[in-house]
Amino acid sequence: MSVSSPPTVADAPTPHVKPQADHSDTAKTVVQRIADLRAWLFLLALILGFEIWARTAFSGTFILNPFNLQSIAIFAVAPLLLAIGQTYVIISGGIDLSMGFIMGLAAVVAAHVINGLTPGIGMPAAVMAGFVAAVLVASVPGIINGLLVSRLRVPPFIGTLGMFGVARGVAFLLAGGTTVPISNSFFAYLGNGRFLNVPIIVWITAAFVLIMHYVLSQTRFGQHNYAIGANVQAARRAGIDIKRHLLRLYILSACCAGLAGVLYSARFNAGAAQAGEPLLLDCVAAVVIGGASLFGGSGTILGTVAGAFVIAVIQYGLVFVNVEPFWQFISVGVVIIISVLIDQAQRRFSGGRVDE
Amino acid sequence: MSEAVQPLLEVQNLSKHFGAVRALSDFSMQIRPGEVVALAGDNGAGKTTLIKAISGVYKPTAGEIRLKGEPVSFSTPQEARDKGIETIYQDLALADNLTIGGNIFLGREPMRRILGVLPVLDRPKMAQAARETMALLDFHVSRMEAPVSNFSGGQRQAVAIGRAVYWNAQILIMDEPTAALGVPEQRKVISLIHQLKAQGRGVIFISHNLQDIFAVSDRIVVLRRGVTAGERKISETTHDEVVKLMVGG
Ligand SMILES: Nc1ncnc2c1ncn2[C@@H]1O[C@H](COP(=O)(O)OP(=O)(O)O)[C@@H](O)[C@H]1O
Ligand SMILES: [Mg+2]
Repeated sequence: MSVSSPPTVADAPTPHVKPQADHSDTAKTVVQRIADLRAWLFLLALILGFEIWARTAFSGTFILNPFNLQSIAIFAVAPLLLAIGQTYVIISGGIDLSMGFIMGLAAVVAAHVINGLTPGIGMPAAVMAGFVAAVLVASVPGIINGLLVSRLRVPPFIGTLGMFGVARGVAFLLAGGTTVPISNSFFAYLGNGRFLNVPIIVWITAAFVLIMHYVLSQTRFGQHNYAIGANVQAARRAGIDIKRHLLRLYILSACCAGLAGVLYSARFNAGAAQAGEPLLLDCVAAVVIGGASLFGGSGTILGTVAGAFVIAVIQYGLVFVNVEPFWQFISVGVVIIISVLIDQAQRRFSGGRVDE
Repeated sequence: MSEAVQPLLEVQNLSKHFGAVRALSDFSMQIRPGEVVALAGDNGAGKTTLIKAISGVYKPTAGEIRLKGEPVSFSTPQEARDKGIETIYQDLALADNLTIGGNIFLGREPMRRILGVLPVLDRPKMAQAARETMALLDFHVSRMEAPVSNFSGGQRQAVAIGRAVYWNAQILIMDEPTAALGVPEQRKVISLIHQLKAQGRGVIFISHNLQDIFAVSDRIVVLRRGVTAGERKISETTHDEVVKLMVGG
């Protein structure tokens, strides 16, 4: 029996909601697109600048010189590997301050293991073992970081700062306070040899970057990483296991540092505890210049690649045009500040919703 | 609507006490398919407590909840969701940086394989499902690849509702779905509720806005200090009567 006369669908007040925000949508996305590309635009501008400088000051070429290109690429390897892991962590809304010394720890472990095993099992096998051992050892501080952040709810800044100290101390202890030279010519070849005229470590890094780009942009892990960075409550409500994700995340960043440590020790034929010390700030800078927000939720691997190259080009370019090296700090600093300002502007622009 | 239709949800003598605080006492209500029930009451009346007890956030102190006749007891919101009871939260619902499809499928993303080997997120499928779901709600958003932060508050509310609809929620619970919105956006949400009703879902919504309540509900349940102050058919009551029930005049 029908007891009430509820409003029927026909009475519904104009349910046709035209996409009225369409125009501003397009405008927003244009700004967003430019902001997304800012690292590549920086990079282009820098290269052009140095090229003009090189041509006018000593009628040479900066970028068309293959030696310069290779040097820049080699220069970028370690900071880029750290920055890749850092990109994941920063997108999730965290930060990993321990990466630099995890890299040093891995470099020292690789050196010891390769030296110890080379006489027994031969050069290539010893290199493989050293590689695996270094990444495994690197993952231990990663696991601890992950447990601190996910289970004990320690803020990432503090937890990984603690691990920064621990990894640093352990690395120096293992190294006996000095650098550990490696005697394994196969490893030296990996670190300094070329394939198709491109340094082998650059090939390895490029392959790794591609894989990590795939994982971030095409897998559930990557998608969940973005969601957690934007709205951890929403992610939890959607059934994502936040603790497990964060644990994996910090293991991942530590393994990136581990790989950076191994490639470092291959390049210099030595393991050094302080190998990654100056790179921590560089890697965070690369991520920020690459378009990630330190508030979490945004960032891409391709942006970070550009960010790492911006830093490498500044550092190498200033040496190339013979400017006092201290200008590096100033230039990188200025680029970071400009990047953050662009991020803020974009945030204000796209945050202006109709009802807020 | 026939009284003979089996209720989707029956709440019987439900109580929730926090220590000495009797947030909800001996509360009973029913909701049938295609029915919209408004919950009204002053601050602290127990509205939020009630919906949290229904949606698995709180374990009731006493009473029974039956879903299509079956007694149920949820220990987590996920369990309630699995049974088709979805709560739409205002701010906690969406990941702003993901697309509509990304939000609908958050946590259960479909995968496809490139060249038969490499598994990747099935974005075309997510976009397609998003388009269809939003169309079902009569919401036509053109930019499926834009993050939801680009959309207005009402559109985002629609995305949250769309996710529930896509996963086949039978009962949607909304706590003040229009409170943070401007007037045109409020109207959109009201029309969304009409759509849900037309699809035969049950809707429970909390509102302070009598206009909204009278525009969309079939019934209103007024709570006062944790007990039912009155229950009325919308067609048989007035704003005045509802206000009196709320303040206890
Ligand atoms: N988690 C809690 N612990 C203790 N008391 C609570 C809790 N949640 C609600 N209450 C109390 O229960 C009563 C009902 O609250 P609530 O359900 O939030 O009311 P409403 O949503 O109608 O404003 C209030 O007196 C409130 O203080
Ligand atoms: Mg409330």
